[in-house]
This record gives sequence, structure tokens and C-alpha cells, in this order.
Amino acid sequence: MGKLLRVVAVLAAIGGGAFWYLTRPNPLPAGAMAGLTGDPVAGARVFDAGGCASCHAAKGATGEARLILSGGQRLPSPFGTFIAPNISPDPDHGIGGWSALDLANAMQRGLSPDGGHYYPAFPYTTYARSTLQDVADLYAFLMTLPPSTAASLPHEVKFPFTIRRGIGLWQRRYLSAAPVVTGPLSPIAARGRYLVEALAHCGECHTPRDRFGGPDLTRWLAGAPNPEGTGRIPDIRPGRLTWSEGDIVGYLSTGFTPDYDSAGGLMVEVIENIKRLPRADQEAIAAYLKALAGPG
Amino acid sequence: MKHLLSFVLGAAALALTLGAALAQDAETIIKARQAHMRLVSFNLGPLGAMAKGEIPYDAAVASAAAGNLAALAAMDQGRLWAKGTGQPENDGTRALAAIWESSDDFATKIEGLANATAALADAAGTDLAALQAGMGEVGKACSACHKTYRAEKK
Repeated sequence: MGKLLRVVAVLAAIGGGAFWYLTRPNPLPAGAMAGLTGDPVAGARVFDAGGCASCHAAKGATGEARLILSGGQRLPSPFGTFIAPNISPDPDHGIGGWSALDLANAMQRGLSPDGGHYYPAFPYTTYARSTLQDVADLYAFLMTLPPSTAASLPHEVKFPFTIRRGIGLWQRRYLSAAPVVTGPLSPIAARGRYLVEALAHCGECHTPRDRFGGPDLTRWLAGAPNPEGTGRIPDIRPGRLTWSEGDIVGYLSTGFTPDYDSAGGLMVEVIENIKRLPRADQEAIAAYLKALAGPG
Repeated sequence: MKHLLSFVLGAAALALTLGAALAQDAETIIKARQAHMRLVSFNLGPLGAMAKGEIPYDAAVASAAAGNLAALAAMDQGRLWAKGTGQPENDGTRALAAIWESSDDFATKIEGLANATAALADAAGTDLAALQAGMGEVGKACSACHKTYRAEKK
């Protein structure tokens, strides 16, 4: 009996050690941002392409208020309700005390400055594919925005998802800087791939999730249940989305479909961001969508 | 000014009648509502095509279509949005229950479309730039409702 107890204790220690090892934070090298200078004008384009304001501005904010990143919007999910934090440059309540490397670790590794794991409601599986220059530019832009003293609210998630350390396992499984679509692409479609896969996080809603809540890359942009309410987020692969590239550009820049219905639901916020991008970027997204493999 | 007054009255009438009992069956009302939407998009067609540069700008065509839009948006819509004609009671509509839970806000958004289309009717015959600017505001007014009050397709 004493022997059995010892075996159990040893196995538990091995299990705990393995958990600790497998969930350890995996930050960028300390010198990752060295030599990069951020350009806030370029950063504004990254900000719009990344859709930061859609979650981090106050709910319903329009105009200049979309640049006050006070947080507070609620994001329901099967794992609980996540509440977007304050990412304004306020040193106490926002990210005013962060370095550019801190922002890069948040966006590309899902890690807070103290090495804690962020919940993937923050779309870092997308941002992991961004360039460090874009992160440097975004950092420079974010620091020009007005500070907000609104306190970030705790997420409303249930056990076992309250054990953030476990997210390390999830990150090992799903965090990758590798592009989803491989193979030859025209330069414009390759720019579109970068916008869609690394910044605009189209796949967060248009790609179905597996049982662990990670994106099912075998069904990339193949449509998925609406994360907020009923109905489905549509399949936007060729053959399912039958619009021309011009139709897609028109939709992304005006919100009107080719038959003059309008965008609705969550897509309204997306277009509010994407319509601010240069036309060449909207055309790049359209070219990328047309270059996807259709439903097989 | 006359426009503005009619919108205010229209919105007030809408707010009053949103809660009215069903005088016609839901299917008839849903069909009429969707026909109204179809007429809106039909008149947006030439305006959008001009704004996107797909067809040449024509002041007379633009004015006529924008005038139709303004008339459609200024129509009293109270009966079109009678209570009990949305989801989940009815198939064949994407109108969410939130319309009747937030009827004041919904009425404000209907009024927003009336205002944006009236401004477009005034501007559409001026030149292409005025048309494009006006279309941007109409698009915002469409999305304002569709963002909150319309379900995703099944």
C-alpha cells in the first residue's frame, strides 16, 4: 500500500511537471524589436486592418470616440463572456507602461508583460502572422491616442477555463506564424493573404472552430455558426461567394452588396474598419478570396 | 423643413403603432415589408452604379431614383412592423425580436434613413461627388438597422 501511494505521488509529480512544462509561456526573444522604428501613420493603417476599435472602443462608439480604446465590450462565447480590456495609453488602466516588445508578445504570443496567457478571444492566432514592423508601427500609433482611465473588467468565465495556465496548451496547439494558404499567389493576392490571415481576422468568424475552440484550418473561411446569436456567418470561398472582385471591393468600401442589400450584424463593424484602408488593400482582399480553393 | 416635420410625425406614428394588435396576418405583413425593402434596393441600384463608376452619372436619373428612395423611407411604416411579425414566431423573416424590445431606438433608426435619403434626394442631381457623399450616409443608415435588428441568414 505504501508502495502504491509512492507510485501515485511520483506519477502526479510527473503529470504536474509535464503540465507546467507544456504550458510555459513562449515569449519572443528579448531583442526582437531592436532596430525597428515605429511610424504612427503606417500604424493607423495596421490599426484599421486589424479592427482593434471594433472590440476595444466603447460599444456603439462612432467618429473620434472610436479612438478611445477604453474597453468594456462584452464578447460571448461557449467558454464564458470575455470583456475587452482598456488598451488606451493610460499608464495605470491601459497599456501606457508597455514597451513595443510587450505589444508584440501580446499580439504574436498571446502573453501579458508578466508572462500570463491571454484568452484567445483576443485574436492572436491571427496576429501571430503579422510582421514585427507592423507591430512597431501600431505601437507608435496606439501611443498617440487619447488615454482613458476606465478600469478593465475581469472576464466572466467558468472553471476550468479560469486556469489561465492551461491556455498554454491551447497556444502550443494553435499558435503559428505559418500562412494558411500556401502555394503561388500574385503579389496583390499575397498582400490580401497578409491582410486577411495576419490582421483583419476574417477567419475568427468565417472559419468553423473545432471542439477546443481553435480554428479548423481544413475548412478555412468555409462559414460557421454565428458566435453572437442565430444564423450562420457565410462561406466566402469561390463557388459559395459568387461576387466579382469589383463586387467584393464595393461591399468592403460601402457596405452595399451587388444587389443593394446592406451589410448587417458583426460585418457592419468590419466594414467600418476596412473601408478606411486604401482601395489597393480592398482589392488585395478580393484577389485573395478569389485565389482560395473552392469547396471540394 | 416640411420634410423634417413629416419625418418627425412619421417616426412618432411608427412608435405608436409598433405595439398595435395584428390587423393582418404575419405572412402578409412580412411579404409587404420585404417588397418595400426590394423597392428601396431597386432604387439604390442606379445610384450605386453611378457612385461606383459602373455607369455614367446622369443627373435626371439620379434625382428620380433618390426622390423615390426618400418617398419610400418617409412612408408611414407602422403597420409594416406590427408586433408579432418577427423571429422567432415566424419563419421567412430575419427581423429580430429586439425591434419590439427597443422600439424607440428602432424608430430613431427608421427616421435616420428618412433623413439620409431626403438629403440624398436634394444632392443627387448636383454632381457625382454630392451623390457619392449622400450614398455614404444612406449606407450607414441601412447598416445601422441591419447591424442590430436583422438576424444572419440560416
